[in-house]
Amino acid sequence: MTGYLVRRLLESALILLGITFVTFVLLYMVPADPARQIAGRSATAATVANIRDQLGLNDPLLVQYGRYLAGLLQGDMGRSYLQRAEVSTLIAARLPASLMLMVTAIVTELVIGLTIGVVAALRRNRAADHSLMIFSFVAISAPQFVIGILLLYVFAVQLGWFPIGGYGTPAHFVLPSITLGLLGAGWYSRMMRSSMIEVLGQDLVRTARAKGLSRLRIVTRHVMPNAILPIIAMIGIDIGLFMSGIVVVESVFGWPGIGQLAWQAIQRVDIPVIMGVTMVSATAIVLGNLLADLVAPLIDPRIKTK
Amino acid sequence: MSGTGDTGRGGARPALEVRDLTVQVATEAGAKTVLDGLSFDLSPGETLALAGESGSGKSMTALAIMGLLPKPMARIANGSIRLGGTELSGLGERGYRGIRSARIAMIFQEPMTSLNPLMTVERQLCEVLLEHGACRRAEAPGRALRLLRDVRLTEPERRLKQYPHELSGGMRQRVMIAIALACEPEILIADEPTTALDVTVQAEILDLIRALQRDHGTAVLMITHDMGVVAEMADRVIVLRAGRQEEAAPVETLFAAPRTEYARSLLDAVPRLGTAPPRPTTPDAPDAPDARNVVEVEDLSVRFDIAGGLLNRTVARVHAVEGVSFHIRAGETLALVGESGCGKSTIGKALLGLVPWQGSIRIDGVETQGRSRAAMRPVLRDVQMVFQDPGASLDSRMTVGEQVAEPMKVHGIARGAELTDRCEWLFRRVGLSPDMLSRYPHEFSGGQRQRVCIARALGLSPKVIVADESVSALDVSVQARVLDLLAELQEQDGLSYLFISHDMAVIEQVADRVTVMRLGQVMEEGPRDAVLRDPRHPYTKRLLAAVPVPDPTLRRGPMPDTAGIEEASPIFPVGRAPERVTLHDLARGHRVARQAATAP
Repeated sequence: MTGYLVRRLLESALILLGITFVTFVLLYMVPADPARQIAGRSATAATVANIRDQLGLNDPLLVQYGRYLAGLLQGDMGRSYLQRAEVSTLIAARLPASLMLMVTAIVTELVIGLTIGVVAALRRNRAADHSLMIFSFVAISAPQFVIGILLLYVFAVQLGWFPIGGYGTPAHFVLPSITLGLLGAGWYSRMMRSSMIEVLGQDLVRTARAKGLSRLRIVTRHVMPNAILPIIAMIGIDIGLFMSGIVVVESVFGWPGIGQLAWQAIQRVDIPVIMGVTMVSATAIVLGNLLADLVAPLIDPRIKTK
Repeated sequence: MSGTGDTGRGGARPALEVRDLTVQVATEAGAKTVLDGLSFDLSPGETLALAGESGSGKSMTALAIMGLLPKPMARIANGSIRLGGTELSGLGERGYRGIRSARIAMIFQEPMTSLNPLMTVERQLCEVLLEHGACRRAEAPGRALRLLRDVRLTEPERRLKQYPHELSGGMRQRVMIAIALACEPEILIADEPTTALDVTVQAEILDLIRALQRDHGTAVLMITHDMGVVAEMADRVIVLRAGRQEEAAPVETLFAAPRTEYARSLLDAVPRLGTAPPRPTTPDAPDAPDARNVVEVEDLSVRFDIAGGLLNRTVARVHAVEGVSFHIRAGETLALVGESGCGKSTIGKALLGLVPWQGSIRIDGVETQGRSRAAMRPVLRDVQMVFQDPGASLDSRMTVGEQVAEPMKVHGIARGAELTDRCEWLFRRVGLSPDMLSRYPHEFSGGQRQRVCIARALGLSPKVIVADESVSALDVSVQARVLDLLAELQEQDGLSYLFISHDMAVIEQVADRVTVMRLGQVMEEGPRDAVLRDPRHPYTKRLLAAVPVPDPTLRRGPMPDTAGIEEASPIFPVGRAPERVTLHDLARGHRVARQAATAP
């Protein structure tokens, strides 16, 4: 078990190293010039060249990458070009808000998605099933900014139940979590439904019925645990999806997280901040997958971590 | 009611009375009757067998009694099922809960998939005890342990804490039986309980059911396609055909003098060990120097690595096949026999290069060791394979004609009109009509599909056909016809077969020579009659003794307990290899492993 964990952590480190390189190369190739952004519109060519030189932007790609990596290994993510602050400080200030939003959104999508999936499977091909599947279809297809604005308009502006934006109290979490979680809820409800239907047709359910067990017990003890197995791995992958959603949702709700930070940095070619946010989200995805792989054997005794 | 109404034993009141039971299944073409007016009684302590081929309605009967018919497709259209004083037909899900397991229990064909993989044996046993209030929560683990002892599981304390995947098929079926008997039901329905098990394990499970029945006076409804199992177990038999009762009789009467044509043909089609005619047409003389060897295998080993540890290195190996040598002459059938996991199928795959292997395999004199994929291609023309499940080995989205033509196209044998002609000719050879070529696999029956697979294999005019359990999934009457076809093709073309099977009676019918395998090694080999009629190795003897005899007057005594043998495994840590057995000659090519290394 310890061996497995060490091996997986080493693998994760390698993956992250690969991601730093790919992201760095991509940002290097972007046609916008960060130096011109910093210098402003009225700056002379000499000033821009001077800034380029200061930032080391004239060095060859590999030299720049080596410099960045050396800093990263010492815990230094560099300084923002525009905000006059360490990237690590900027991220640290905003990360908690994003992480908490992610946790509440995951809970939201699992609760809504799995419940819908179970109910739809048990009511297969009946009215309840059809209407729930239409709901999940809408949840998957509607863009998040549309849902977010719609929810804001109805529940914050019209009804006044929740704050319009910002961050602080539990009430602030409700609308962003639902906006962020609805997409996943749509996916999970479909996956859980088909997984449940598959398990319901398996021999083990026939055995459970032949045992004379109650329907509730068959569903909760025999069908659901078996049906949820393929979904666990998906939750790990899902954190990646969240990272893209969080940029949109944080903008709509004025949420002070790293999504907003990333959005501002991208607009202004603030390369150290983009790199930093990318690294943070990549780490989250890698750890999410690792976590899913560690949880799976706790539920399924057939999986062994070696 | 043709004589089934009389109570089986001692005039006791029947435990179960089924009258005029009719089950219908909804299809696109309207309701289809799959069980038509079946009536029978089942008395306490009696075993009634429902026998028939696939589609005869025997499993539908069991599911109808248990209230487990697949809803909403199937329903009881007519008739009554009375358990003591309770009418079961029309009883709702809630009403059935007190019946299932508490009064009627059922075990199924597939012990592999019938248990919940996420729950320990103990929890699955306790669950049924507690659900029916058979004992208090604190007593449940103790009761569960006693149940495992009753079904004679080894190390019952350890088994309680294990999960189904940690148990062998036989052990899982014992757990299923323990669950079924937990609440001391009046009736046990066993739906093909041993069909998925090895023959020695089958014998043990049948023994167990008989012993438990004797101790508890349970009435057993045995559902099976296997007339050997019927002869072994039943007091009375009902032969079903296409949902209707064909014949009902006490077991001795049925086997001695079947009254209906169908029952007779069914019994005739059953391969019986020890009755196969001699095979004079083939070069049976074991030392015939003139017969050419089509396949020569020397020191063949197949090992699969099991990875693990920090750097994912190989920590153990499955020694699936270990130092096996054999040859097949032109026009000869070599049978590979053994229980699941003995490596017999792996040898077939090695011949076609489907698994990595070491040693030497020569096909028609050509060494295939070290050949690249491309260089293997001409060799593969000579070796073709026919698999167990014809449904799974045909592509459901291609017409059978395209599938028969495909290998010929790949090998550039024929094209255009010539290809069509050849496909039609192949179809006629395997007894199918050429105008079926444009149909899809689902339009064929199981036996016809296997004929398509044989036609596909014949397309390349191979010298050897590897037949891996090719008739095991077929009904006996169909099985007999496919075996006839294989024999006919052999006679006409001088084909050689490597016939892989677990079924001793089938092997006796087709084989010239027999090789008995266990844990990847050869235990005994030789001419058919020498191995099957005069077996020398204890393992061969045990295999033969376990085959159910389709004659109720020749019932066996209980099998010797073999709990220790079941544990042997072909998995060894890296650096250790299984001890190689050495074969020594008895006479006329009959060779047997020295027993010191393997005797239990």
